[in-house]
Amino acid sequence: MAALVLTATLLSGPLARAVQPDEMLPDPAMEARARAISKDLRCLVCQNQSIDDSDAPLARDLRLLLRERLVKGDSDAQAVAFLTDRYGDYVLLRPPVRPSTYLLWFGPFALLVVGGGILLWRGRHGTVGAEAVAPPLSAEEKAHLALLMDDKDEGKGRP
Amino acid sequence: MIPELGHYALVLALVVALVQSVIPLWGAARRDAAMMEVGRTAAYCQFAALALAFGALTYAHVVSDFSVLNVVENSHTDKPMLYKVAGVWGNHEGSLVLWVFILALFGALVAAFGRNLPASLRARVLAVQGMIGVGFLWFMVATSNPFTRVDPAPLNGHDLNPLLQDPGLAFHPPFLYLGYVGFSLCFSFAAGALIEGRVDAAWARWVRPWALIAWSSLTLGIAMGSWWSYYTLGWGGWWFWDPVENASLMPWLAGTALLHSAIVVEKRDTLKSWTILLAIVTFTLSLMGTFLVRSGVLTSVHAFASDPARGVFILALLVVATGGSLLLYALRAPILKAGGLFAPISREGGLVLNNLLLSTACATVFLGTLYPLFMDAVGGGKISIGPPFFNATFVPLMVPVVAVMAMGPLLSWKRADLAGVLERLKIAALVGVLAALAALWLAGTKPVLAVLALGLAGWAVMGAVVDVADRIRLFRMPLADSLSRARHLPRGAWGTAIAHAGLGVAVAGMVGTSAWTTEAIQVLHIGQSVDVAGYSFRLDSVAEAPGPNYTARRAVLTVTRHGDFVATLAPEQRFYPVTRMTTTGAAIHTNFFSDLYAVVGEPAPDGTGYNTRFYRHPLVPWIWVGSILMMAGGLVSLSDRRLRVGVPLKRAVPRAAAAIPPAPAE
Repeated sequence: MAALVLTATLLSGPLARAVQPDEMLPDPAMEARARAISKDLRCLVCQNQSIDDSDAPLARDLRLLLRERLVKGDSDAQAVAFLTDRYGDYVLLRPPVRPSTYLLWFGPFALLVVGGGILLWRGRHGTVGAEAVAPPLSAEEKAHLALLMDDKDEGKGRP
Repeated sequence: MIPELGHYALVLALVVALVQSVIPLWGAARRDAAMMEVGRTAAYCQFAALALAFGALTYAHVVSDFSVLNVVENSHTDKPMLYKVAGVWGNHEGSLVLWVFILALFGALVAAFGRNLPASLRARVLAVQGMIGVGFLWFMVATSNPFTRVDPAPLNGHDLNPLLQDPGLAFHPPFLYLGYVGFSLCFSFAAGALIEGRVDAAWARWVRPWALIAWSSLTLGIAMGSWWSYYTLGWGGWWFWDPVENASLMPWLAGTALLHSAIVVEKRDTLKSWTILLAIVTFTLSLMGTFLVRSGVLTSVHAFASDPARGVFILALLVVATGGSLLLYALRAPILKAGGLFAPISREGGLVLNNLLLSTACATVFLGTLYPLFMDAVGGGKISIGPPFFNATFVPLMVPVVAVMAMGPLLSWKRADLAGVLERLKIAALVGVLAALAALWLAGTKPVLAVLALGLAGWAVMGAVVDVADRIRLFRMPLADSLSRARHLPRGAWGTAIAHAGLGVAVAGMVGTSAWTTEAIQVLHIGQSVDVAGYSFRLDSVAEAPGPNYTARRAVLTVTRHGDFVATLAPEQRFYPVTRMTTTGAAIHTNFFSDLYAVVGEPAPDGTGYNTRFYRHPLVPWIWVGSILMMAGGLVSLSDRRLRVGVPLKRAVPRAAAAIPPAPAE
């Protein structure tokens, strides 16, 4: 949060809060397209802010550039391609799916499948949590434990 | 003089922490009671020394002692007292003083209230806590001395970053740190238990209060941070998937998993080694959060610490703490053997599923936060990862978490009857459907996913209500009996229900504002008005308004609906002359179901009007209402008498008689 603060302040200069009225396109449908696209484009000099949120002058330039492309008749994909041709994939807040990002995109899913698979397998073989038997408690420890646990347990006796 | 005392206390604390991390551990190995007892004494001394250091720095800030560099860089005589105090931790060095102060506070609390712990475990826990202290104190003494003097002292300071001069952000770091550092105790307990070689139900019960304190504080800290971004960033965004935010979310997710798996250890004596691992991971992620924010690795220029020596030091600290604890885990975890078998459909099964999903979600955030660094480091090119990635990966993982959450507390241990549970949740399903229908009626069919998500939120909230109603047999026995049962229901059960309902409420808020916000951006002249979602915003006036250390340009707006007066809003832009920075103060009118949000910015380029932005954010207050409920759930659970640390002590006398038969093994 603090870094966000500093970023926002270091870059703001004369304050321009995100999209300004004078940048907006007269055609509401086209403006809506521009807004949607710019939410997924990174302000290159900011920390993970989209050009739609950012106060940086560069973000404003990119917003204007994007709108210019749309006015010239680019489709959404063409307008984005125009920017990635110039700034690389760095400008995309949604990284493209390709071999170098497979780990990023599929890693969590793989983890879920593998983790779930291990749990199911162990569950089927009746070993979840049943690694072996704990060393027995001493009498004193048992009495102590009994005191600690000596209460109505909400989990017990439920249907 | 006082800053020197503070500096001296800091070095003293380092020395005491060294003693604390060695002698008790040695004593525990030799079973030497006197050496183990050193742990407690050292913990008290460390706390006293750091209280002195923290007090000295606070004093320097309060009296504006500009011979101290830290005060010069972060304070100003005109700054309101609240922010003079908050300025203590609003910077790199000061925030570390707060960090170690809270660390020592937790250490002292264990020393004071841990009298029912086995002496050797307590000694080992305090020793590990001491080691963490050594790492951080050494870091501070070596690279980040908060008491550095300047000569000659300047007449005034540079002032605190104006964005930090805000009540929401003033208290955000202390709560965040209470959370981060609170998990250090879970870590110390885990490491202590690994050295000890035993984890049992009693261990889980000792850990739980600390995990609850840490989790509740972290929940509040994160909520405060997001509330702050909501009203200061000027358009109502409350979460950006910024790496610094992610750094606090990861320990929260892992800590939530830890809280839940510790319940299984406590009640069923199983999942031990997994719980230990979660305790280690949670604190490691807290350390990493500190590293990410403090080292400046995320953005080479923009973070607090621009000094690479600091970054390398924290990285080394992270590697030693993580590597050391994981090595200890690898060596010792295999000896943690446990009993309780359970069927896949059971309370244990539900908690395991919760752990699986939360861990995966945590891994997703981890990948999304660090992958750009990783790609850059291996020369794979620069990529950005932002909200679209997390919306596509994290959010779908949360759907089953919320869906299963309603069922979990109704499942019985060992083997549960899923059909029976679903039968009892009929009302929750009905409420879910009603919530979705209400969304359809009010907002239309789009976006479909948001309508479904709102249904899910309704299901979750009602599921928590059903859980309590079920436990107190509401409407199935006379009301008076039900109320009596409600009074005797364990606080832990209440806490669970409140926190689960809170998450449901928060989810509804997140969905509502993400899907159905209305926005209007335009130039308005004085006297003009514009319609936003059925409300009319009229700009009445714009005038200068002086503040203590800023000048504000305050606009006054009148909001009406169908001609009826709704609210007067007064958004301002504040200019801080010392730092030459401007901040936005949005004006917000809430009716609990939605917020009207107004920002009046710069004069328009034509010089006659003002740039204005108006929003209606439906359900947005529920994000914070839900977060507060979650925190309250944690605190209610903490007040459970079974966790009250003094309870076993009061019964020490019958215990000594040892005539009580052991409780039936669960």
